[in-house]
Amino acid sequence: MKHFKSILTLVLVAIAFAFTLPTDDGYKIGDTIEDFKLKNIDDKMVSLSDYSDAKGFMIIFTCNMCPYSVANEDRIIALDKKYKGLGFPVIAINPNDPVAMPGDGFPEMKVRAQEKGFTFPYLFDEGQKVYPKFGASRTPHVFIVSKPNMTVEYIGAIDNSSRDPRKVTEKYVENAVDALLSGKQPSKTETRAIGCSIKVVR
Amino acid sequence: MLKNSLLLYVLLLFVQCKSEKKEIQSDIVTNNYVVQTLNYKELKPLLERKDHKNYVVNFWATWCAPCVKELPYFEELEAEFKDRNIEVLLVSLDFPNKKDTKLLPFLKQRNIKSKVVLLDDANEDVWIQAIDESWSGAIPATLFYNSTNRKFFEQSFTRETLYKELQTFLNL
Repeated sequence: MKHFKSILTLVLVAIAFAFTLPTDDGYKIGDTIEDFKLKNIDDKMVSLSDYSDAKGFMIIFTCNMCPYSVANEDRIIALDKKYKGLGFPVIAINPNDPVAMPGDGFPEMKVRAQEKGFTFPYLFDEGQKVYPKFGASRTPHVFIVSKPNMTVEYIGAIDNSSRDPRKVTEKYVENAVDALLSGKQPSKTETRAIGCSIKVVR
Repeated sequence: MLKNSLLLYVLLLFVQCKSEKKEIQSDIVTNNYVVQTLNYKELKPLLERKDHKNYVVNFWATWCAPCVKELPYFEELEAEFKDRNIEVLLVSLDFPNKKDTKLLPFLKQRNIKSKVVLLDDANEDVWIQAIDESWSGAIPATLFYNSTNRKFFEQSFTRETLYKELQTFLNL
Protein backbone atom coordinates (compact mmCIF):
# COMPACT_ATOMS: atom_id res chain seq x y z
CA MET A 1 0.00 0.00 0.00
CA LYS A 2 2.81 2.32 0.92
CA HIS A 3 4.51 1.56 -2.39
CA PHE A 4 1.32 2.06 -4.26
CA LYS A 5 0.90 5.48 -2.68
CA SER A 6 4.37 6.66 -3.58
CA ILE A 7 4.00 5.36 -7.13
CA LEU A 8 0.67 7.14 -7.38
CA THR A 9 2.26 10.35 -6.12
CA LEU A 10 5.04 9.98 -8.66
CA VAL A 11 2.55 9.45 -11.48
CA LEU A 12 0.51 12.45 -10.36
CA VAL A 13 3.59 14.63 -10.23
CA ALA A 14 4.58 13.44 -13.70
CA ILE A 15 1.11 14.24 -15.01
CA ALA A 16 1.14 17.65 -13.37
CA PHE A 17 4.49 18.39 -15.01
CA ALA A 18 3.27 17.19 -18.37
CA PHE A 19 0.40 19.65 -18.15
CA THR A 20 2.01 22.68 -16.61
CA LEU A 21 5.28 22.82 -18.50
CA PRO A 22 4.39 22.22 -22.11
CA THR A 23 6.25 25.27 -23.41
CA ASP A 24 9.37 25.24 -21.28
CA ASP A 25 11.02 22.89 -23.70
CA GLY A 26 12.12 24.13 -27.03
CA TYR A 27 14.82 26.34 -28.46
CA LYS A 28 16.35 29.14 -26.43
CA ILE A 29 18.36 32.12 -27.64
CA GLY A 30 21.72 30.92 -28.95
CA ASP A 31 20.53 27.36 -29.67
CA THR A 32 21.09 25.76 -33.06
CA ILE A 33 17.91 24.65 -34.74
CA GLU A 34 17.35 21.48 -36.69
CA ASP A 35 16.15 21.81 -40.26
CA PHE A 36 12.66 20.55 -41.10
CA LYS A 37 10.79 19.44 -44.17
CA LEU A 38 7.17 20.55 -44.37
CA LYS A 39 4.55 20.77 -47.08
CA ASN A 40 3.92 24.20 -48.56
CA ILE A 41 0.61 25.47 -49.93
CA ASP A 42 1.93 24.75 -53.48
CA ASP A 43 2.18 21.06 -52.43
CA LYS A 44 5.98 21.13 -52.58
CA MET A 45 8.14 20.23 -49.61
CA VAL A 46 10.18 23.07 -48.12
CA SER A 47 13.34 22.92 -45.99
CA LEU A 48 15.49 25.76 -44.76
CA SER A 49 18.42 24.15 -46.60
CA ASP A 50 16.64 25.03 -49.86
CA TYR A 51 17.54 28.67 -49.22
CA SER A 52 21.22 28.59 -49.99
CA ASP A 53 21.46 32.37 -50.46
CA ALA A 54 19.63 33.34 -47.26
CA LYS A 55 21.43 34.99 -44.35
CA GLY A 56 18.75 33.83 -41.98
CA PHE A 57 15.03 33.37 -41.52
CA MET A 58 11.99 34.85 -39.85
CA ILE A 59 10.16 31.67 -38.90
CA ILE A 60 6.63 32.62 -37.86
CA PHE A 61 4.11 30.21 -36.35
CA THR A 62 0.73 31.52 -37.44
CA CYS A 63 -2.61 30.23 -38.66
CA ASN A 64 -5.86 31.07 -40.41
CA MET A 65 -8.34 31.22 -37.57
CA CYS A 66 -6.65 33.09 -34.74
CA PRO A 67 -7.71 36.76 -34.82
CA TYR A 68 -4.29 37.79 -33.50
CA SER A 69 -2.70 36.01 -36.45
CA VAL A 70 -5.16 37.61 -38.84
CA ALA A 71 -4.44 41.03 -37.31
CA ASN A 72 -0.76 40.46 -38.08
CA GLU A 73 -1.06 39.08 -41.64
CA ASP A 74 -0.40 42.39 -43.33
CA ARG A 75 2.57 42.98 -41.03
CA ILE A 76 4.00 39.54 -41.88
CA ILE A 77 3.62 40.21 -45.61
CA ALA A 78 5.35 43.59 -45.16
CA LEU A 79 8.21 41.94 -43.26
CA ASP A 80 8.74 39.41 -46.05
CA LYS A 81 8.63 42.10 -48.73
CA LYS A 82 11.11 44.25 -46.86
CA TYR A 83 13.63 41.57 -45.86
CA LYS A 84 13.40 38.73 -48.38
CA GLY A 85 15.60 40.61 -50.83
CA LEU A 86 18.05 41.38 -48.02
CA GLY A 87 18.43 37.68 -47.20
CA PHE A 88 15.89 37.21 -44.39
CA PRO A 89 12.73 35.64 -45.81
CA VAL A 90 9.59 34.81 -43.82
CA ILE A 91 8.82 31.11 -43.39
CA ALA A 92 5.29 30.78 -42.01
CA ILE A 93 4.21 27.56 -40.31
CA ASN A 94 0.69 26.62 -39.22
CA PRO A 95 1.13 24.50 -36.06
CA ASN A 96 -2.54 23.76 -35.36
CA ASP A 97 -4.24 20.40 -35.61
CA PRO A 98 -7.22 21.00 -37.92
CA VAL A 99 -9.17 18.35 -36.04
CA ALA A 100 -8.95 20.62 -32.99
CA MET A 101 -9.37 23.78 -35.06
CA PRO A 102 -11.48 23.38 -38.19
CA GLY A 103 -10.50 26.13 -40.57
CA ASP A 104 -6.79 25.59 -40.00
CA GLY A 105 -6.52 22.65 -42.38
CA PHE A 106 -4.25 22.44 -45.39
CA PRO A 107 -6.98 23.21 -48.00
CA GLU A 108 -8.05 26.26 -45.96
CA MET A 109 -4.44 27.42 -45.73
CA LYS A 110 -4.26 27.46 -49.53
CA VAL A 111 -7.42 29.57 -49.70
CA ARG A 112 -6.21 32.09 -47.11
CA ALA A 113 -2.77 32.43 -48.71
CA GLN A 114 -4.42 33.11 -52.06
CA GLU A 115 -6.87 35.65 -50.59
CA LYS A 116 -4.14 37.59 -48.82
CA GLY A 117 -1.49 37.12 -51.49
CA PHE A 118 1.12 35.60 -49.19
CA THR A 119 4.58 36.21 -50.66
CA PHE A 120 6.20 33.55 -48.46
CA PRO A 121 5.90 29.80 -47.92
CA TYR A 122 3.02 28.85 -45.64
CA LEU A 123 3.86 25.41 -44.32
CA PHE A 124 1.67 22.86 -42.59
CA ASP A 125 3.14 21.24 -39.48
CA GLU A 126 1.50 17.92 -40.28
CA GLY A 127 1.52 15.66 -37.22
CA GLN A 128 2.66 18.64 -35.09
CA LYS A 129 6.28 17.54 -34.97
CA VAL A 130 8.02 20.88 -35.57
CA TYR A 131 6.39 23.44 -33.30
CA PRO A 132 7.26 21.56 -30.06
CA LYS A 133 10.95 21.56 -31.04
CA PHE A 134 10.79 25.33 -31.22
CA GLY A 135 8.74 25.55 -28.07
CA ALA A 136 6.21 27.71 -29.88
CA SER A 137 3.27 28.30 -27.55
CA ARG A 138 0.97 30.61 -29.47
CA THR A 139 0.11 32.17 -32.81
CA PRO A 140 1.68 34.39 -33.97
CA HIS A 141 5.08 33.46 -32.49
CA VAL A 142 8.29 34.55 -34.24
CA PHE A 143 11.71 32.86 -34.20
CA ILE A 144 14.55 34.67 -35.99
CA VAL A 145 17.39 32.35 -36.98
CA SER A 146 20.75 33.35 -38.47
CA LYS A 147 23.00 31.40 -40.78
CA PRO A 148 25.51 29.83 -41.10
CA ASN A 149 25.03 28.13 -37.73
CA MET A 150 21.23 28.29 -37.68
CA THR A 151 21.37 30.16 -34.39
CA VAL A 152 18.22 31.35 -32.64
CA GLU A 153 18.63 35.14 -32.34
CA TYR A 154 15.18 36.31 -31.32
CA ILE A 155 11.96 34.77 -29.94
CA GLY A 156 8.72 36.62 -29.51
CA ALA A 157 6.31 39.16 -30.93
CA ILE A 158 6.35 41.07 -34.20
CA ASP A 159 5.98 44.41 -32.43
CA ASN A 160 4.62 45.90 -29.24
CA SER A 161 0.97 46.17 -30.24
CA SER A 162 -0.43 42.96 -31.67
CA ARG A 163 -4.07 44.00 -31.58
CA ASP A 164 -3.75 47.47 -33.06
CA PRO A 165 -1.09 48.26 -35.70
CA ARG A 166 -1.69 51.99 -35.23
CA LYS A 167 -0.38 51.82 -31.67
CA VAL A 168 2.94 50.20 -32.56
CA THR A 169 5.87 52.15 -31.14
CA GLU A 170 8.54 49.44 -31.26
CA LYS A 171 9.07 47.01 -34.13
CA TYR A 172 10.89 44.15 -32.42
CA VAL A 173 11.39 41.89 -35.44
CA GLU A 174 12.52 44.68 -37.76
CA ASN A 175 14.96 45.94 -35.14
CA ALA A 176 16.39 42.46 -34.65
CA VAL A 177 16.82 41.74 -38.36
CA ASP A 178 18.31 45.20 -38.94
CA ALA A 179 20.85 44.49 -36.21
CA LEU A 180 21.74 41.08 -37.65
CA LEU A 181 22.09 42.54 -41.15
CA SER A 182 24.59 45.07 -39.84
CA GLY A 183 26.54 42.35 -38.05
CA LYS A 184 25.28 43.16 -34.55
CA GLN A 185 23.40 41.23 -31.90
CA PRO A 186 19.75 42.23 -31.53
CA SER A 187 19.36 44.41 -28.45
CA LYS A 188 16.06 42.80 -27.52
CA THR A 189 16.03 39.02 -27.91
CA GLU A 190 12.84 37.96 -26.17
CA THR A 191 9.43 39.59 -26.10
CA ARG A 192 5.88 38.52 -25.42
CA ALA A 193 2.51 39.18 -26.96
CA ILE A 194 -0.98 37.92 -26.52
CA GLY A 195 -1.79 35.12 -28.93
CA CYS A 196 -3.95 32.07 -29.43
CA SER A 197 -2.87 28.83 -27.85
CA ILE A 198 -1.72 26.19 -30.32
CA LYS A 199 -4.57 23.78 -30.92
CA VAL A 200 -3.91 20.15 -30.04
CA VAL A 201 -6.35 17.26 -29.85
CA ARG A 202 -6.40 16.09 -26.27
CA MET B 1 -67.48 59.63 -17.05
CA LEU B 2 -66.98 56.83 -14.55
CA LYS B 3 -66.25 54.45 -17.32
CA ASN B 4 -63.71 56.83 -18.74
CA SER B 5 -61.82 57.35 -15.48
CA LEU B 6 -61.80 53.62 -14.87
CA LEU B 7 -60.24 53.16 -18.25
CA LEU B 8 -57.71 55.85 -17.48
CA TYR B 9 -56.91 54.16 -14.17
CA VAL B 10 -56.38 50.78 -15.78
CA LEU B 11 -54.27 52.42 -18.43
CA LEU B 12 -52.14 54.19 -15.82
CA LEU B 13 -51.71 51.00 -13.89
CA PHE B 14 -50.55 49.29 -17.04
CA VAL B 15 -48.08 52.04 -17.85
CA GLN B 16 -46.74 51.97 -14.34
CA CYS B 17 -46.25 48.23 -14.40
CA LYS B 18 -44.48 48.47 -17.66
CA SER B 19 -42.13 51.21 -16.54
CA GLU B 20 -41.31 49.27 -13.38
CA LYS B 21 -40.42 46.22 -15.39
CA LYS B 22 -38.27 48.32 -17.67
CA GLU B 23 -36.37 49.70 -14.70
CA ILE B 24 -35.56 46.24 -13.40
CA GLN B 25 -34.34 45.20 -16.79
CA SER B 26 -32.05 48.18 -17.16
CA ASP B 27 -30.69 47.40 -13.71
CA ILE B 28 -29.69 43.93 -14.81
CA VAL B 29 -28.02 45.44 -17.81
CA THR B 30 -26.11 47.87 -15.60
CA ASN B 31 -25.00 45.14 -13.24
CA ASN B 32 -23.67 42.71 -15.74
CA TYR B 33 -23.02 44.16 -19.09
CA VAL B 34 -21.28 47.42 -18.55
CA VAL B 35 -17.70 46.46 -19.20
CA GLN B 36 -14.98 48.85 -18.21
CA THR B 37 -12.05 49.24 -20.56
CA LEU B 38 -8.85 49.34 -18.54
CA ASN B 39 -5.19 49.79 -19.31
CA TYR B 40 -2.67 47.70 -17.36
CA LYS B 41 -2.09 50.38 -14.75
CA GLU B 42 -5.81 50.39 -14.05
CA LEU B 43 -6.08 46.59 -14.06
CA LYS B 44 -3.09 46.01 -11.79
CA PRO B 45 -4.86 46.84 -8.49
CA LEU B 46 -7.48 44.21 -9.35
CA LEU B 47 -4.72 41.59 -9.59
CA GLU B 48 -3.21 42.27 -6.17
CA ARG B 49 -6.00 43.02 -3.73
CA LYS B 50 -5.06 42.15 -0.19
CA ASP B 51 -8.26 41.28 1.59
CA HIS B 52 -9.84 38.06 2.78
CA LYS B 53 -11.02 36.90 -0.61
CA ASN B 54 -9.65 34.33 -3.01
CA TYR B 55 -9.54 35.75 -6.52
CA VAL B 56 -9.77 33.79 -9.75
CA VAL B 57 -8.79 35.88 -12.77
CA ASN B 58 -9.31 34.39 -16.21
CA PHE B 59 -7.78 35.93 -19.35
CA TRP B 60 -9.95 35.13 -22.35
CA ALA B 61 -11.59 36.40 -25.53
CA THR B 62 -14.91 35.73 -27.25
CA TRP B 63 -13.20 34.38 -30.36
CA CYS B 64 -10.97 31.97 -28.40
CA ALA B 65 -12.69 28.57 -28.59
CA PRO B 66 -10.98 26.91 -25.60
CA CYS B 67 -11.65 30.05 -23.52
CA VAL B 68 -15.34 30.03 -24.35
CA LYS B 69 -15.52 26.34 -23.58
CA GLU B 70 -14.15 26.74 -20.05
CA LEU B 71 -16.06 29.95 -19.23
CA PRO B 72 -19.04 28.13 -17.67
CA TYR B 73 -16.71 26.40 -15.18
CA PHE B 74 -15.44 29.78 -13.99
CA GLU B 75 -19.02 31.01 -13.72
CA GLU B 76 -19.78 28.17 -11.30
CA LEU B 77 -16.85 28.72 -8.94
CA GLU B 78 -18.35 31.33 -6.61
CA ALA B 79 -21.31 29.05 -5.92
CA GLU B 80 -19.37 25.79 -5.88
CA PHE B 81 -16.81 27.11 -3.38
CA LYS B 82 -19.37 29.26 -1.56
CA ASP B 83 -17.74 29.02 1.87
CA ARG B 84 -14.31 29.92 0.51
CA ASN B 85 -15.07 33.50 -0.48
CA ILE B 86 -14.18 33.28 -4.16
CA GLU B 87 -14.44 36.20 -6.56
CA VAL B 88 -14.12 35.65 -10.28
CA LEU B 89 -12.87 38.33 -12.67
CA LEU B 90 -12.94 37.76 -16.42
CA VAL B 91 -10.35 39.87 -18.25
CA SER B 92 -11.29 40.03 -21.91
CA LEU B 93 -8.55 40.43 -24.51
CA ASP B 94 -11.01 41.02 -27.30
CA PHE B 95 -10.17 43.65 -29.87
CA PRO B 96 -11.18 46.95 -28.29
CA ASN B 97 -13.02 48.06 -31.43
CA LYS B 98 -15.21 44.93 -31.17
CA LYS B 99 -16.44 45.67 -27.65
CA ASP B 100 -19.93 46.75 -28.68
CA THR B 101 -20.37 44.38 -31.60
CA LYS B 102 -18.83 41.20 -30.16
CA LEU B 103 -18.07 41.32 -26.44
CA LEU B 104 -21.24 42.88 -25.03
CA PRO B 105 -23.65 40.79 -27.17
CA PHE B 106 -21.69 37.66 -26.19
CA LEU B 107 -22.00 38.42 -22.46
CA LYS B 108 -25.70 39.09 -22.83
CA GLN B 109 -26.36 36.01 -24.92
CA ARG B 110 -24.50 33.73 -22.54
CA ASN B 111 -25.92 35.51 -19.50
CA ILE B 112 -22.45 35.89 -17.98
CA LYS B 113 -22.67 36.81 -14.29
CA SER B 114 -19.03 37.32 -13.33
CA LYS B 115 -17.39 40.72 -13.43
CA VAL B 116 -15.87 41.41 -16.84
CA VAL B 117 -13.30 44.03 -17.82
CA LEU B 118 -11.63 44.66 -21.17
CA LEU B 119 -7.86 45.06 -21.08
CA ASP B 120 -6.72 47.50 -23.75
CA ASP B 121 -3.03 48.17 -23.41
CA ALA B 122 -0.64 48.05 -26.34
CA ASN B 123 2.53 47.39 -24.43
CA GLU B 124 1.99 43.65 -24.14
CA ASP B 125 5.63 42.76 -23.61
CA VAL B 126 5.59 44.75 -20.38
CA TRP B 127 2.32 43.69 -18.82
CA ILE B 128 2.33 39.99 -19.82
CA GLN B 129 5.45 39.31 -17.79
CA ALA B 130 4.33 41.67 -15.05
CA ILE B 131 1.20 39.57 -14.61
CA ASP B 132 3.29 36.41 -14.49
CA GLU B 133 6.90 35.67 -15.37
CA SER B 134 5.93 32.30 -16.84
CA TRP B 135 3.20 33.60 -19.17
CA SER B 136 4.17 33.50 -22.85
CA GLY B 137 1.03 35.38 -23.80
CA ALA B 138 -1.19 32.55 -25.02
CA ILE B 139 -4.82 32.47 -23.89
CA PRO B 140 -6.65 31.02 -22.11
CA ALA B 141 -4.64 31.79 -18.98
CA THR B 142 -5.73 31.94 -15.36
CA LEU B 143 -4.45 33.50 -12.15
CA PHE B 144 -5.44 32.41 -8.63
CA TYR B 145 -4.44 34.78 -5.87
CA ASN B 146 -5.14 35.86 -2.34
CA SER B 147 -3.26 37.98 0.16
CA THR B 148 -0.51 35.36 0.58
CA ASN B 149 -0.35 33.13 -2.52
CA ARG B 150 -0.39 33.35 -6.29
CA LYS B 151 -0.59 30.65 -8.92
CA PHE B 152 -0.65 31.15 -12.67
CA PHE B 153 -1.76 28.72 -15.38
CA GLU B 154 -1.13 29.11 -19.11
CA GLN B 155 -3.50 26.33 -20.11
CA SER B 156 -7.13 25.48 -20.57
CA PHE B 157 -9.13 23.68 -17.92
CA THR B 158 -11.79 21.02 -17.78
CA ARG B 159 -14.30 21.40 -14.98
CA GLU B 160 -12.47 18.68 -13.03
CA THR B 161 -8.97 20.16 -13.45
CA LEU B 162 -10.19 23.65 -12.56
CA TYR B 163 -11.91 22.48 -9.39
CA LYS B 164 -8.92 20.36 -8.45
CA GLU B 165 -6.37 23.14 -8.99
CA LEU B 166 -8.49 25.65 -7.12
CA GLN B 167 -8.96 23.21 -4.24
CA THR B 168 -5.20 22.64 -4.11
CA PHE B 169 -4.62 26.39 -4.12
CA LEU B 170 -7.13 26.96 -1.33
CA ASN B 171 -5.40 24.32 0.79
CA LEU B 172 -2.02 26.08 0.53
